[in-house]
Amino acid sequence: MNFITDALVITKRQLLQLSRVPEVLIFSTIQPVMFVLLFRFVFGGSIATDSPGGYVQLLMPGIFVQTVAFTLAATASGLAEDMGKGLIDRFRSLPISRSAVVVGRTLGDSLLNILVLTVMGLAGYAVGWRPTGGLLKTALAFLFLLAFGYALSWTGIFAGLAARDARAVQNISFLITFPLTFLSNAFAPTTGMPKPLQYFAEWNPVSTMVAACRELFGLENQFGATAGSFPSEHPLITSVFYMFLIMAIFVPLSVRKYVNKSK
Amino acid sequence: MKSVIADNLVKTYRKGEVKALDGLSLDVEEGTVLSVLGPNGAGKTTTVRILATLLSPDSGHATVGGIDVIKHPDKVREIIGLSGQYAAVDETLTGWDNLVMFGRLYHLGKKASIARADELLERFSLTESAKRPIKTYSGGMRRRLDLAAAIIVKPKILFLDEPTTGLDPRGRQEMWGVIKELVDGGVTLLLTTQYLEEADHLADEIVVIDHGKVIARGTSDALKKDVGGERLEVIVEASQLKLVAEIITRVSGTAAHIDEGMRSVSAPVKNGTKSLLDALREFDEAKLHPLDIGLKRPSLDDVFLALTGHAAEETK
Repeated sequence: MNFITDALVITKRQLLQLSRVPEVLIFSTIQPVMFVLLFRFVFGGSIATDSPGGYVQLLMPGIFVQTVAFTLAATASGLAEDMGKGLIDRFRSLPISRSAVVVGRTLGDSLLNILVLTVMGLAGYAVGWRPTGGLLKTALAFLFLLAFGYALSWTGIFAGLAARDARAVQNISFLITFPLTFLSNAFAPTTGMPKPLQYFAEWNPVSTMVAACRELFGLENQFGATAGSFPSEHPLITSVFYMFLIMAIFVPLSVRKYVNKSK
Repeated sequence: MKSVIADNLVKTYRKGEVKALDGLSLDVEEGTVLSVLGPNGAGKTTTVRILATLLSPDSGHATVGGIDVIKHPDKVREIIGLSGQYAAVDETLTGWDNLVMFGRLYHLGKKASIARADELLERFSLTESAKRPIKTYSGGMRRRLDLAAAIIVKPKILFLDEPTTGLDPRGRQEMWGVIKELVDGGVTLLLTTQYLEEADHLADEIVVIDHGKVIARGTSDALKKDVGGERLEVIVEASQLKLVAEIITRVSGTAAHIDEGMRSVSAPVKNGTKSLLDALREFDEAKLHPLDIGLKRPSLDDVFLALTGHAAEETK
């Protein structure tokens, strides 16, 4: 059972880091709360919805998914920094399981996501968000978000191990995730987009996740389903498929990268 | 018994464009210190990374503690300690946090990890800063902590890759003290350095490497002997250089070498002390008063220059 304790030691290291540099924790919770407030009060008034409870009901699942997606930039830069500082080499010279270090990191990311999602949920509640899908489905939605975050953190791990520079990889991750979260149904209906973008937006995993969460929170997904594509009709199944796909690609790639000795 | 054996290691980077190691072989006798000496880019770090299982060679073999590093890297990792060129510790965590974390990763268990962390911090004079983040440490303190992390499980074989590069003289002295203590405790040490003084100070045996190959090996004394014996060296006022050179040439029987920049005159001598006395007598008669005079044994800098045709620092 050394593998589990090794991974947990790495997770604990990440939590210690967060407690020693509270700025990181504060920033990673304040930023999404800020988004909640900005979108709720800046766009909330002008984006028309027929949704009972108004824009904030549609907005919250979008911001949840976006926030979870953004954490991969921190994962990537953290790993790249560990590489640059030689810490990964030290870990690799220890008699521990090959994947313990990266698995430990993804577990830590999940814990961070739990905290961030809780804070955001409370912030959303404060500005009028009310999930109506029932306790079970609401809990399931949050589990879903955590699972999505977990799958995505493996892409961050891979990017971090492949990168040379922590700041560069953080910027690049952001440059990819930022448009991905906006080219979706997260904040506005996809119907307003040019046709090719509509298709892209509907196949975008961010959209399927948002749509799936909206369903679980007891909401009709008014922002998607324009092109009648498979993912917009079956967001839950498609999201699960995406998560498995991401993990199937990036878990072996990351572990290989970590172990790879010809670097 | 040989604790470390590297046999004809070859390693190229960028698809063969850069040859880091070009058939490097070395070995370390159990309980001794071998210093791998060479300029930047000579292949020192690559050698250590292969022996510490972080890198696979393109060809060649290596064993550490009798275990093949390529076939059984996991077993090698259990018996070695590695401390690299850059302090590989988590800078946001405290020294104590780091050592406890590494202890746990060595599977010492929680209690034993804490006890060992306290013990090592004490031993390396870091107890006072134990609860401060590494970020606030000086360069020397970081290196000591890094070394402490490498010896948590008392490895029999230790690899130190340029342990004092970038340290100030005081930090270097402290580091040498700590390393000597470890060696006295019976650890087998392979140490890379680009400081000739460091190799001279710490190592039982030295291998000099350049361009990924061993170009010389032996004790510090033996290497110096290879370069030649003692030299008589005199530092004088610039105006007296010529006159002094004549005297030195006569005393040594070889044409003296004049370095105008250093205002020094030197020549190899066979019978050191006798030549020194002769020279002094002649200076006295000629009423010359040299600023400094003495017999110089060749430094490892001279060794390097003689072996490679370039100075150790030049290839940076």
